[in-house]
Amino acid sequence: MTDAATDQAAGHQQHPLGIYLGVWALLFVLSAFSYLVDYLHLQGMLRWSLILLFMFLKAGFIISIFMHIAWERLALKCAILIPPLCLLIFIGLMAIEADYTFLARLTIFGPSAEIFAPHH
Amino acid sequence: MNEEALTVAEDSPTVATGLVGAVSDFADDRQAFQVPWGKAMMWIFLLSDTFIFSCFLIGYMTVRMTTTVPWPIPSEVFALSLGGEPIPLILIAIMTFILITSSGTMALAVNYGYRRDKKKTVLLMLATAALGASFVGMQAFEWTKLIVEEGVRPWSNPMGAPQFGATFFMITGFHGMHVTAGVIYLIVTATRVGTGYYDRNRGGNYEMVEITGLYWHFVDLVWVFIFAFFYLW
Repeated sequence: MTDAATDQAAGHQQHPLGIYLGVWALLFVLSAFSYLVDYLHLQGMLRWSLILLFMFLKAGFIISIFMHIAWERLALKCAILIPPLCLLIFIGLMAIEADYTFLARLTIFGPSAEIFAPHH
Repeated sequence: MNEEALTVAEDSPTVATGLVGAVSDFADDRQAFQVPWGKAMMWIFLLSDTFIFSCFLIGYMTVRMTTTVPWPIPSEVFALSLGGEPIPLILIAIMTFILITSSGTMALAVNYGYRRDKKKTVLLMLATAALGASFVGMQAFEWTKLIVEEGVRPWSNPMGAPQFGATFFMITGFHGMHVTAGVIYLIVTATRVGTGYYDRNRGGNYEMVEITGLYWHFVDLVWVFIFAFFYLW
């Protein structure tokens, strides 16, 4: 392949350096924010929602810019991004079961569990 | 030669984009993904690895939700004493910054690879590998501290729920293993770029740098999730 042909074939993957440097800086900022959530001892819903927000923002920028997904064809985008969404169902199922298991353990093994003791 | 019959040039006027393009990509009698096969395969591998790490993290979630014994507080467990004051999660923060930096050097390496700047590509890839190696070193230090000083075992620990050790060592161990493999992968690819292997064998095509980059960004991506779910939560 000639130089020109190679460059043209690879050309669609070449983007201005600035965009990578910009996202890189953004990742540092988001990481600092994530660390601040713990450093400032934020609690409850605020803590969880901020942890998840910064996590998804960082993941999104890494996947779309650093891993080039933003510039790929829709077929490849779908093949890569849709299957992990099935994991949300898995997470939901396990969370429901874990909740039940936790309550069951408190009930059966907890301090008020004498009613479950076997009778002679 | 056969590949040319199955792929369509990006700037061809007959290639649709968007939803129509996606449907025709899958439906037409040709290669579904208009990328080099190496890239497509790396993505498929990363997809499978995503499921593996998700299984570990979801397992950790289940274990943590079901234990009736309080879970050790990560910001206390992973605090380091610098100058007398314990700073929560400082080593983890440093490790995160190191991995983000390595992702940046990797993205730059891919960019310079496509500009055919061999010297910068090799230097940036080796910088990425060095940062990755230092990450593994710090993780090894963390493990040593937890095992030797804090008495954390996979089956018990003095701080709380006994499952903490098992989940911690499993998840960070698998991640550290992936980072180590990535460092080796980076060194091999950088050496090949430097010695002109891709000039002789791929016609000057440095796609391998991008494919290596995909793996490395995945390793960083997994850390983003581990950092959020294990250390911050």
